Amino acid sequence: MRIALDPVACDGFGYCVEILPEVLSFDEWGFPVVFEGEVPDKLLGAARQAVRFCPRRALALQPAKGR
Amino acid sequence: MSSINLWYATRATGIVALVLLSATVTLGILTAGRARSALPAFARADIHRRISALTVVFLAIHVVTSVVDSYVHIRWSTIVVPFTSSYHSFWLALGTIGVDLFLAVAISSALRQHISARSWRVLHWLAYLSWPVAVAHSLGMGTDTELDWVLGLVALCITSVVVATAWRIWESARATSRLPETLNTPRRSIRARLGAATASQGARS
Amino acid sequence: MTTLEAPPTTLRLVEDAPGRTPTTLAAHRRRHGAPPLSQIATAPGRARLLGEIERSGLTGRGGGGFPSFAKLRLAQSSRRPGVLVVNAMEGEPASMKDRFLVTHSPHLVLDGAEIAAAVVGSARIVLCVPDEAHGLAPVLETALKERSIAGEPTTRFEIRPLPGRYVAGEESALVAGVAGKRPLPSFRPDKSVPLTLARRPAIVHNVETLANLALIARHGSVWFRRLGVSAAPGTRLVTISGSVQRPGVVEVVTGTAIAEILELARPLGPLQAVLVGGYGGSWIPRSDISTPYAPQELHEIGASMGAGVLVALGTSSCGIAETARIACFMATESAGQCGPCLFGLPAIAEDLQTIVHGEGDRRTLDRLLSRCGFIAGRGACRLPDGVVRLVQSALRVFSADLEAHLGGLGCAADVRPRTGRGGKRP
Repeated sequence: MRIALDPVACDGFGYCVEILPEVLSFDEWGFPVVFEGEVPDKLLGAARQAVRFCPRRALALQPAKGR
Repeated sequence: MSSINLWYATRATGIVALVLLSATVTLGILTAGRARSALPAFARADIHRRISALTVVFLAIHVVTSVVDSYVHIRWSTIVVPFTSSYHSFWLALGTIGVDLFLAVAISSALRQHISARSWRVLHWLAYLSWPVAVAHSLGMGTDTELDWVLGLVALCITSVVVATAWRIWESARATSRLPETLNTPRRSIRARLGAATASQGARS
Repeated sequence: MTTLEAPPTTLRLVEDAPGRTPTTLAAHRRRHGAPPLSQIATAPGRARLLGEIERSGLTGRGGGGFPSFAKLRLAQSSRRPGVLVVNAMEGEPASMKDRFLVTHSPHLVLDGAEIAAAVVGSARIVLCVPDEAHGLAPVLETALKERSIAGEPTTRFEIRPLPGRYVAGEESALVAGVAGKRPLPSFRPDKSVPLTLARRPAIVHNVETLANLALIARHGSVWFRRLGVSAAPGTRLVTISGSVQRPGVVEVVTGTAIAEILELARPLGPLQAVLVGGYGGSWIPRSDISTPYAPQELHEIGASMGAGVLVALGTSSCGIAETARIACFMATESAGQCGPCLFGLPAIAEDLQTIVHGEGDRRTLDRLLSRCGFIAGRGACRLPDGVVRLVQSALRVFSADLEAHLGGLGCAADVRPRTGRGGKRP
């Protein structure tokens, strides 16, 4: 599974980075970057929490894209 | 139904609701600003939401017990329609108005995902109005204001909100604008201000 | 499929010496013949035409380069009659080809729109034009009136002027604009899900693509493939500007060497570099200008056709300064919806300005490169990606000037930028 981020909806609250720092980090302007393509299984719970906590509903958990 | 217990419940839950409301507002102000604390922002926002939910509960008990208590005649409609009771009509009306405003804030937040960001922000600012109205209602009703500890509690509530507001104003005056330098053509500046306001701390107010 | 004899010239979309006035309906019919309406009147006919389009290898001429038949088939698969959105917005400031095509051959575009609409079953054709004073709306109105007088059905057409911003030509932004919302791009993680307009599927096609479609419908895929390269057949409209005597739009065969294309505009002197694709494209050095103008060959030198733009940079200009100017402009064209673009583009524009003014050092360059990595791919549209690509190509191609600026020395040229006419908007 991977984190998909809607950049239009995102307003840079940053709750997701706080909840899931293993997958998301901040860029210099305070907006989240998804730097990890795959969410480890043990972090799926935290990932779902990050998706739920986003005030703008900008996050989604999706099956990882096959490459 | 009349019982001294209903009256005690009304008074007690009123005080608790005021304390919880003040805590909610204080937390809301601090969270919106860039307060650095050990507690991450999402947790602060979560606690803010949970305390406001608790406030709803105590507020509900407060208004229901006041209506059900037949010792004083307060109608059900008075919960949301002000100036419809003859009992302490002005101060009670303030309580009603406080409930209306608080409900607007709480419901809009519960439905946050479904309304526009701008609508939510405008409605949420009503919180800044509901709190002083609640304080005025509490003091004006005068039920327990002769008790020192009650006055002390109210003073604490007022202090925490005032200090938090003052800090927020100071912090936003001091913060450098996040608007990039190159965006200074007239057409862009207004739109960019709006855009940047939703993108940066403005959205969290 | 009637196959007419191909005109003896390689000019298909425009006439040999396009006059100042739009081609009239009569002249258009004389040159190209009647549109193959009988072929698109039946379902099997439309299926055959779709097959012909697939065999022709036509790709989108709006910058995306997506195979046209695939787009049409995607819209065809939906059961509800959709809307055909004709894209004449041309948000790229260095491009004039779409406006040129509509102004000179409006009926070819309208034919293509009718044919595409028939293939996908669209009940509505919306002609989107920029609302600035380019005169496209009057040209289209006149053309529609001509057709109406000639007894041809025109009720499906409507003309929609929209704000001519860079992002307004992006497909989702365009459809939003037609729907009456703000013409800004939306996040589309899955492009195979069609855009919708009032719950009907909306399909967007560039005017040049439609003009080619109109010709393929008449002459067939074999005729279409006679010109161009096998991977990218057909002709292309190219806007040439910059350090040339005769800036303007030309129609060239895909695969022609870039240098040969530029010769048509008569460069003013030896070239230093060429901007290929537009403000969101990339620079190529003088040593690459004999590259054929075709997708695969351009890709190998780090460029792409983009909006069909070639800007010639003479030896007396500074490539870094020009890039800085373009980056500043593009930063103001941000829709402002996505943080990395809204904040990132002005940041890299500022870094470039710092370097151009001789106040930058290695740290500035490192910061610029790092920022580029944090901006590309993080927006809802490709505007930030284009700027990053432009900047990265500039740092590669103009490395000598870059070193000079970083060292606080003057570069080989005068720093005052001279590309273009200062962008399309004030």
